[in-house]
Amino acid sequence: MHEYSIVMSLLEQIEQLAKDNQATSIVRVDIKVGVLSGVEPDLLQRAFDTFKLETICKSAFLNIKLQPLIIKCRQCDKETTLEQRNVICPLCMSHNTQVVEGEEMMLMQLEMNT
Amino acid sequence: MCQDCGCSLTDHSNLHTNPQLNDTKTLSVIHKILDKNDHEAQHNRQHFEANKVTAFNLMSSPGSGKTTLLEHLHKYLPKKYAVIEGDLETSRDADRLIAKGIEAYQVQTGSACHLDAFMVHQALHHIDLKPIDVCFVENVGNLVCPASYDVGTHHNIVLLSVPEGDDKIEKYPVMFRRADLVLITKMDLVEHFNFSLVECRKQLEKLNPNVTLMPVSVKDQQSITAVAQWILKHQEEL
Repeated sequence: MHEYSIVMSLLEQIEQLAKDNQATSIVRVDIKVGVLSGVEPDLLQRAFDTFKLETICKSAFLNIKLQPLIIKCRQCDKETTLEQRNVICPLCMSHNTQVVEGEEMMLMQLEMNT
Repeated sequence: MCQDCGCSLTDHSNLHTNPQLNDTKTLSVIHKILDKNDHEAQHNRQHFEANKVTAFNLMSSPGSGKTTLLEHLHKYLPKKYAVIEGDLETSRDADRLIAKGIEAYQVQTGSACHLDAFMVHQALHHIDLKPIDVCFVENVGNLVCPASYDVGTHHNIVLLSVPEGDDKIEKYPVMFRRADLVLITKMDLVEHFNFSLVECRKQLEKLNPNVTLMPVSVKDQQSITAVAQWILKHQEEL
């Protein structure tokens, strides 16, 4: 259950951004969570709703975008969005691919009252 | 001119107390959520490198043989190593290694299910990197959470023991995707379990095609020699 630690990092980051932008409250938090980032969106949501209460995010809505896995094939040079959790190019079956999206957890946007 | 009410005062933001006049601002950030941890991890890596130390992060479920491997490896690896141990409670693992003459420092995470870069940084204050060539970070036994945290090591070694089953690679894809080396441990038990190395290879191929897979057992000296050689090869790269 490392979602708790991740939410704490997220809230800390938002507090700083809120301060930098003289925000009085946060309305909406948009994050992007990759399918291979290793976090469970439901648990992240629950952790956020619990720990936000003591922070500037207390009435904020957390909007989680689940980012599918996107790979770029070094063999056929094509980009594909994958349904399954593997990194093989479905077009040419090459193993020589690069993950472009789907492994990261990013804070994307904040809607704030100033 | 003020854009909210059209008055001629240029700066009167503190007068705007009427909520209807409140500005809602959308800020695009695009920031890694674990940015602070990643920054600290980078700092740890630089610290290792300044001391010419290569660091390896050992991850697996509890009981798959991380400590046992480290207890035996020193007889095969012609390099001096230290170990940072992560566990929720006790210093049993560090004690086991110290008893074998290996320098070890125990981090007790309390209830945290993983080590992060800050905990490793704290531990580094207790380890003299000058006389060592390699540092192992033995993470908390867990196939899920440690995969999300860069602790500042150079390579990831993931262990999977035969009794756990060959289906674990597919079940814990994030962890096995992060691995540079996968060790299938307790191979001496393979005849008692329905465990297939072919299946492991097949699953790893789909998820992490460039990873090295090695079947090992501490009872098989050759297999531990192979691990030592892999470490040596990656240690020299630095």
